[in-house]
Amino acid sequence: MADDKTNAAEYWKANVRLIFGCLAVWAFVSYGCAILFRPLLAGIPVGGTDLGFWFAQQGSILTFIVLIFFYAWKMNKLDQKFGLGE
Amino acid sequence: MSQFAINLLFVGASFALYIGIAIWARAGSTKDFYVAGGGVHPITNGMATAADWMSAASFISMAGLLASGGYANSTFLMGWTGGYVILAMLLAPYLRKFGKFTVPDFIGDRFYSNTARLVAIVCLIVASVTYVIGQMTGAGVAFSRFLEVSNTWGIWLAALIVFLYAVFGGMKGITYTQVAQYVVLIIAYTIPAVFIAFQLTGNPIPMFGMFSTHTESGIPLLAKLDDVVSALGFRDYTADVDNKLNMVLFTLSLMVGTAGLPHVIIRFFTVPKVADARWSAGWALVFIALLYLTAPAVGSMARLNLATTVYPEMAGQVENYEEAVQNPILYEERPDWVRTWEETGLISFNDLNNDGRIQMYNDAVDYSERGWEGNELTVNNDILVLANPEIANLPGWVIGLIAAGGIAAALSTAAGLLLAISSAISHDLIKTMINPKISEKGEMLAARISMGGAILLATYLGLNPPGFAAQTVALAFGIAGASLFPALMMGIFSKRMNSPGAVAGMLAGLISTLLYIFTYLGWFFIPDTNTLANTPDNWIFGISPLSFGAVGAMINFAVAFAVSRVTAAPPQEIQDLVESVRYPKGAGMAVDH
Repeated sequence: MADDKTNAAEYWKANVRLIFGCLAVWAFVSYGCAILFRPLLAGIPVGGTDLGFWFAQQGSILTFIVLIFFYAWKMNKLDQKFGLGE
Repeated sequence: MSQFAINLLFVGASFALYIGIAIWARAGSTKDFYVAGGGVHPITNGMATAADWMSAASFISMAGLLASGGYANSTFLMGWTGGYVILAMLLAPYLRKFGKFTVPDFIGDRFYSNTARLVAIVCLIVASVTYVIGQMTGAGVAFSRFLEVSNTWGIWLAALIVFLYAVFGGMKGITYTQVAQYVVLIIAYTIPAVFIAFQLTGNPIPMFGMFSTHTESGIPLLAKLDDVVSALGFRDYTADVDNKLNMVLFTLSLMVGTAGLPHVIIRFFTVPKVADARWSAGWALVFIALLYLTAPAVGSMARLNLATTVYPEMAGQVENYEEAVQNPILYEERPDWVRTWEETGLISFNDLNNDGRIQMYNDAVDYSERGWEGNELTVNNDILVLANPEIANLPGWVIGLIAAGGIAAALSTAAGLLLAISSAISHDLIKTMINPKISEKGEMLAARISMGGAILLATYLGLNPPGFAAQTVALAFGIAGASLFPALMMGIFSKRMNSPGAVAGMLAGLISTLLYIFTYLGWFFIPDTNTLANTPDNWIFGISPLSFGAVGAMINFAVAFAVSRVTAAPPQEIQDLVESVRYPKGAGMAVDH
């Protein structure tokens, strides 16, 4: 039982770490590249406008999709590793 | 065949399809009515979630807002997609593991209190009804145009159809019909976009065409658009915004609202396994992104097409914009689509300088030296997507298709929301709290009556909406994000969070957000009852009512944290419950009651 508990606590810790990592990327592309850092990216032209605009209307959405699938894939591996899957 | 007949044919055929599926998959028991028997594949569920999600706001209204606001309205794109990331990581898998039917179920059980359950029910109903107002606004636009009636009649017709449709089947009917609706709406959205992207840039893929060269003028499409709109006194389409704080908060509001909206969360109760809840969120976003990546192209190209329709001389290579704007089209020679939309009252013309020509520009700028005495063409943002194929002279069947798609979008979401409202009332309020002995029949009857009540209220408020469809919907997100999202998240991530904390937090989030919204947009959304004018000068720190949800959520978190620290920790069995939702192991089917 004690082992089970440490095991479960480890799993949860790993999950929370993974979530933090993913949300850092999530915030970086949307609030960062697309909004706050747009002036810094103004020098990089993309089809008639700049990279920040592209991130706001295309890039952030594409990144979100990759993030969710990455998270789901990683979590499946964690579920197996800790024997906590279904 | 007349355009009217073609529209009727497309709308009628798509309806026959949905109703056929609804009858085929008719809900038998209450459990089927709410969660489709818990056996839906992640891809199917993703597609149905996408249809549920992409409402009149996404389909009809969003591209119009992008067209009018340009870069500044990218908030809608990021907010409504980025929410899925937090949903997939912070809520969906755990709520699936918890294994009950509804959001108030989770909050009531996790916070071991019927007060918490009741507050959650109130938050859910306020957010969902606000959302349905937005749907009725959008559906009203679609119906009025395609059935060639006034906007008011369009809204009432839409209300009737949504009601019949949602009452027919429950979730199960809705899951498979929504797959069909997704297919209809995505085809309807992308086909005109492909045609228009090809016409304007030679590149048939809208998301690339938008960043390609505009064939007629030989410069990049977005650069051309910037030139055209600035010649008419508007801000550049791609211009950066000054108020970054508001933009960040608005995006955040939409994101947390996405994760807090009951009709979306409910979707993740229907997958067989916890892992499937994560994949479902990913698939849902893939299907949503197909539309969201196309929408910016639709918006920018429609804006360009609209301007060059009114000012034909601006279309090609322009040496001098001052000359190119001199000869807008004569009102007598206006295109047919302007005539047909005029009948709905959503486009109107007023020849202020009596020259018989249409001057369309930003009249905050003084152009009296051009002989202009004010903007003469008022175009409702919400018509842009629907009018788009007509503006680009696409064939009649494309117009019929977009009619069917727009109506599908509004119907599917309105139905999903009505289901969330009715289950909150019949299941959470009546069955769990007031009369546990109610029969299945009685519960279904209560569900249907509450659907009827919700739709009447939403329709009444939809006749004088607080904004364009997407803006009204954004308010609903702010409300859900400020009230439900923090409670759900803390319920999973903090074992120490207790009942008084959650209740105080939800109330603080809901009330602060509603007060801020009502102050600027009218009390209970009744027009002309607002305390302060809804202008940026009046907003506190420049935070618009649409963006306040994020602040409300922060207030919710802070109040909940503070109250929970000074009150007793939750009992051991609740802490064990929190422990158990964190691990997929041992998740059964959604638990019956």
